[in-house]
Amino acid sequence: MDLTFPPAQEAFRTEARAWLEAHVPAPGTLASLDTAEGFEQHRAWERTMFEDRWSVVSWPAQYGGRDVGIFEWLIFEEEYYRAGGPRRVSQNGVFLLAPTMFEHATPAQKARYLPPMAAGDEIWCQGWSEPDAGSDLAGIRSRATPNASGDGWVLDGQKTWCSRGAFAEWCFGIFRTDPGAERHRGLTYFLVPMDAPGVTVRPISQLDGETGFAEVFFEGVEVADDQILGSVGEGWTVAMSTAGSERGLSLRSPARYSEAAGRLIDLYAARADGDGPQAGRIADDVARAYIDAEAYKLHTYWTASKVADGHSVGPEASCNKIFWSETDLAIHTAALQLLGPEAELLDPDPSGEGQAQPGPWLDGYLFALAGPIYAGTNEIQRNVVAERLLGLPRG
Amino acid sequence: MRFAFTEQQLELRGAVRQVLARECTVADLRAMALGDRHGGAGRTHERWSVLAELGATGLLVPQAHGGLGLGELELVGVLEEAGWAGLPEPLLESAGLAAPLMAAADAASNGGAGSVLGRFLEKVAAGEVVATVGGIDVTSAGLVTTTTPSPEVTQGTVVTPRVTGASVAGVALVALNLPGAGWQLHLVEADPDGVTTTPSIDPTRDLGTLEWSPWPHTLIASGERAEAMLSDLADRAALFSAAQLLGLTERMITMAADYAKERRQFGKPIGSFQAVKHHLANARVALEFARPTTYRAADSIARDLADRSAHASMAKAMASDAADLAARVALQVHGAIGYTWECDLQLWMKRAWVLSAAWGDAPTHRSRVLSHAMAAAAER
Repeated sequence: MDLTFPPAQEAFRTEARAWLEAHVPAPGTLASLDTAEGFEQHRAWERTMFEDRWSVVSWPAQYGGRDVGIFEWLIFEEEYYRAGGPRRVSQNGVFLLAPTMFEHATPAQKARYLPPMAAGDEIWCQGWSEPDAGSDLAGIRSRATPNASGDGWVLDGQKTWCSRGAFAEWCFGIFRTDPGAERHRGLTYFLVPMDAPGVTVRPISQLDGETGFAEVFFEGVEVADDQILGSVGEGWTVAMSTAGSERGLSLRSPARYSEAAGRLIDLYAARADGDGPQAGRIADDVARAYIDAEAYKLHTYWTASKVADGHSVGPEASCNKIFWSETDLAIHTAALQLLGPEAELLDPDPSGEGQAQPGPWLDGYLFALAGPIYAGTNEIQRNVVAERLLGLPRG
Repeated sequence: MRFAFTEQQLELRGAVRQVLARECTVADLRAMALGDRHGGAGRTHERWSVLAELGATGLLVPQAHGGLGLGELELVGVLEEAGWAGLPEPLLESAGLAAPLMAAADAASNGGAGSVLGRFLEKVAAGEVVATVGGIDVTSAGLVTTTTPSPEVTQGTVVTPRVTGASVAGVALVALNLPGAGWQLHLVEADPDGVTTTPSIDPTRDLGTLEWSPWPHTLIASGERAEAMLSDLADRAALFSAAQLLGLTERMITMAADYAKERRQFGKPIGSFQAVKHHLANARVALEFARPTTYRAADSIARDLADRSAHASMAKAMASDAADLAARVALQVHGAIGYTWECDLQLWMKRAWVLSAAWGDAPTHRSRVLSHAMAAAAER
């Protein structure tokens, strides 16, 4: 057991830190990525990272990456959050679709889609959920039928809760290609341009009032055969490898929680009312959230070591999503408790300073509240843990 | 960076698992719980000998004194197995706490092989003598002694309550911190007249009160050095009780999941209902994240890192919470059967209760972590 990083990885950290310190935009200079203006500002930031090959460090060099291993990726993430890097507008593509492409895409598809994804030129949204297919994802009804000339497909139906859907260029989604097949079969994974004729986007405002996601309607949308990822009828298998990324290692690197937990300690030091009636309870909540963030980081290193040793991630990964989403909520809930009656303030208190201000914590709290819902609700995740890890029978 | 056990570490753990499956059966534990303290026909003795043959009793004892000279990472795996098996004997206290304390005191006194401590260490490593510790507890304010002046007997006699393994231990390392005298650490040899057995809610736990007299020749460390040794002891106590709690937790979850697969209501196994699944999933998630936290603490103590105490506290907080949750959930899943004396679950559940509260409970360790984090933040 060795929990230290070798000199080459420390050198990688130093290089990443120096670049990020020189390039990360100052806090507050970018508008919310869920606004039209902010979306373009965040796209420009992706381009800046791409130009110096920092946007997708773990990818092969031919697609814009640095070909580095899982620990370098974790180091980069730590430095990214340490530097206060902006939210990644390209995350659905970079962290969810790309791992699926590396597993299932043809060489031509990888050459076509990965470089513009890495550069931020093409931003992706996810088209999975439907109004009647949320937790019951295999119940989707949007369909793809062969076109008249037999050289492509026609998409019809409705997707919803598509994050980044209001402004994205492309959508990856699953559609039913064989209505007669059993639920999990007969699905196919399609790559669809959002400007294709027949695609209609209706933005949806989230709790913070910004259009973070959208409904997407498909009416006779023509797509070619080479816009299928994997094989016809294999969509569920292909999609689940994306879900694995979403629930497992890649979407939620521990750096986000470690960084927020560090700020929580600072806030506690600045705000805690040592002898107040709630002091003991808040102290315990703060400590618990801080320890959970540390435990999530250690668990990620543990899993990454398994992967580096050539083992698979294993069914234990199904525990991850429950834990990181609840940790995120615990950190932000404790922070709002410390802020007390000021927690509701949307704009910084002019008398306040830095991270002790309510605004960022409130934003973080609203963001954290979505965690137990998206990427498979935590109720679905608990079923998965009970069935795959404990062998309990399906209901 | 490689956060994983070595093949040798896993092999040692596997060997202990195999031996305990044979030597520490549910029937053995039930016999003890029913009042036959040593499980009939010297089972306690047999088990201890087999553990000694594997080297477990002297795992942290230097090779010069007949031990394996291994570290905390190896013992953590062994103690997880002890928790899984419900091992009643004080392996944690003897191999995990008393032995390294004696080795440290021996090294500091330049004792060599012929010293009193050295001779005891050899017997402890060989499994001929069981050692234990007492007189110290962990609170959010720091270490406190539980040793007090004897209320009635002659002057100079003290009382140390709640010593684990008191009736089987041949030697105990006992702390006291009397007004004006400061911290002292004494080596107390067994005196059957000085031990009063204390019944515990955990029927397989051997707990007793020691009545003893501190003498200059029993004193092995005092003042700042004793305090530093006791601080090391507290770190190991948090770590090793966390490790044993992990094993207890896994066993309770497994028992409850097995029961949920068999027990049928409304025409199906109760394990197919989401309410039951979610209880067990929550406990399983808590176990999943307590594990690497505990393994990291073992590494930090083995390397004597500056953050070792905070890391040990994180492990104890996570493992205590996981065990408390698993105990609660496993009982609920078993229903009324779980509430009976007949149900085996109680043997693991009650051990989980006492170990979760021992050496500082979860809130105590969280408050230690918070103090450490605040101090680190102030330095930044």
